[in-house]
Amino acid sequence: MGGILVRRLLGAIPILLLVSLITFGMIHMIPGDPAVAIAGMSATPEQIANIRRDLGLDQPLLRQLWDWYANLFRGDLGRSLLLGQPVVQATMLRLPVTLALSAYALLLTLLIGLVTGIVAALRQNTWIDQAAMVLAMIGISLPSFYLGLLMIIVFAVGLRLLPTGGYIALTEDPLGWLATSTMPAVSLALLLAGLLARITRSTMLEVLRQDYIRTARAKGLPGRTVVVKHALANALIPITTVVGIIVSLLISGSVVIETLFSIPGIGQLLTQAVLNRDYPMVQGGLLITTALLVLVNIGVDLCYAWLDPRVHYDGA
Amino acid sequence: MTEPKRASPFRATMLRLLHHRLFMLGCVLFGLIVLLAILAPLIARVDPNKLSMRSKFRPPGTDFIFGTDNFGRSLWSRVVWGAQLSMFIGATVVAVNAVFGTAIGTVAGYFKPLDNGLMRINDALMAFPAVLLAIGVTAVLGPSVNDVIIALSIVYTPRTARIVRSSVIVLREMEYVQAARAAGAGHWRILRFHILPNAMAPLIVQLSFLFAYAVLTEATLSFLGVGAVPPTPTWGNIMAEGRQYMTDAPWIITIPGAALMITVLGLNLLGDGLRDVLDPRLRIQQ
Repeated sequence: MGGILVRRLLGAIPILLLVSLITFGMIHMIPGDPAVAIAGMSATPEQIANIRRDLGLDQPLLRQLWDWYANLFRGDLGRSLLLGQPVVQATMLRLPVTLALSAYALLLTLLIGLVTGIVAALRQNTWIDQAAMVLAMIGISLPSFYLGLLMIIVFAVGLRLLPTGGYIALTEDPLGWLATSTMPAVSLALLLAGLLARITRSTMLEVLRQDYIRTARAKGLPGRTVVVKHALANALIPITTVVGIIVSLLISGSVVIETLFSIPGIGQLLTQAVLNRDYPMVQGGLLITTALLVLVNIGVDLCYAWLDPRVHYDGA
Repeated sequence: MTEPKRASPFRATMLRLLHHRLFMLGCVLFGLIVLLAILAPLIARVDPNKLSMRSKFRPPGTDFIFGTDNFGRSLWSRVVWGAQLSMFIGATVVAVNAVFGTAIGTVAGYFKPLDNGLMRINDALMAFPAVLLAIGVTAVLGPSVNDVIIALSIVYTPRTARIVRSSVIVLREMEYVQAARAAGAGHWRILRFHILPNAMAPLIVQLSFLFAYAVLTEATLSFLGVGAVPPTPTWGNIMAEGRQYMTDAPWIITIPGAALMITVLGLNLLGDGLRDVLDPRLRIQQ
């Protein structure tokens, strides 16, 4: 296990170096002079010169690249132009909000997706199976922000059951957190639950056709034991690999959902940064989020190797 | 004695697609939106940006089939012209992906020395969450339709390249390809006649889903305000503007949202059908 962890961490290094190189390059992709673009149309030459100096844009490109990596290793990703605070600090302040929301949405995704997929597989070709798959298809076709808006119209504006937006921290008031996070989490989860339900169903069907399931049934084991101990335990192994993709999609989805529900997480922070041309914040936020996702994927791989002893990463 | 007539592979595939009920439903839904997009100049003659303060917030009815928005603009015109823009963006991103994704995937899969380098860059681009990378790129390039197309192409081309590469790697080792090589065929000939035609099925399936992702991500970008600039009638823009009035005029949100959902649902059904027929290895168990 330790070997796998070391190999995967080493494998992640070139990816992270390239990811940071791409984020470094972003500011140089701005058409024209980046300092002018950041300062805006009405800026004085002095303000533009200040921005150029603050961001190090007056240095030769290789020097800028060197500084970027030197600062990166010190954990310094610059200062947000909009907030005036260090990018790392601003991101870390918002991170728990996004993580709590993503964890809630992940829990809902696993609950709805796995149950729907398993029930559909066990009742293959019945109306239950068909209804479950129609719902899954609608789920994956319903844009999360549209679902969010529809829920606001029905549950917040119409029935007045939940607030239209805002955020209460979990540590402050758990019930308040639940009230403010439920609609955003459901908006995020439904699409992914549809995806997971389809994959779970098809994996379960494949496992249920295996010889060892027939043997288990033939030796007279109760149906529940066969399903839970023999089928589900084996079907869950390939499903684990999907969790990494689901987390990536959750983070992507949280950008629009946080903006829609006014939740002060990383998604809202980045959207505001983009709208205000706060490039250091865009670069830093993007880099930190992506690095976190790379780590999540390593964690998923480790779980996979732990669950399935056949998996050996022979340098692959 | 005459040989029994056999359907050509193309004809056989088309017949199987025609008998795939969900594929046909997908075609009808997506076809409807494409038709709206093509016929926009004929069926939505009112300028989608024409303001009329006297007729603002009219609910859907006989005067305005889809109602009007906060500036009295016809929602029918805006949604139909929005369909045209969505279809244009989706089709362009698919075309860019088909060309560059195939080229990168083929080169990486076929020429082993280039594989590692190309795929590392690919992996790095794929490590970014898709929407985040797209807003990052639009932040840099600027908010216009062309820049959104570039952003979406940068985000999705690595995914297409990876799918093409994995097909090419398998095909490269096939006996008929080695036979062609032994017979003296050059790289270009092998790729053109032996590898690429056989790598098409998974690519076509991927492109149909990609169309849906592109339309959806474009709508997300414009909803966030980092896509095409208002008053350009995109579905995301219309919904973003309607947010403030969702208590009194919910149709400004529900109608473009429904159009977006119909498009994505149609494309998903279409993609599922194509996968079942063209690439049975990936078929969701029936």
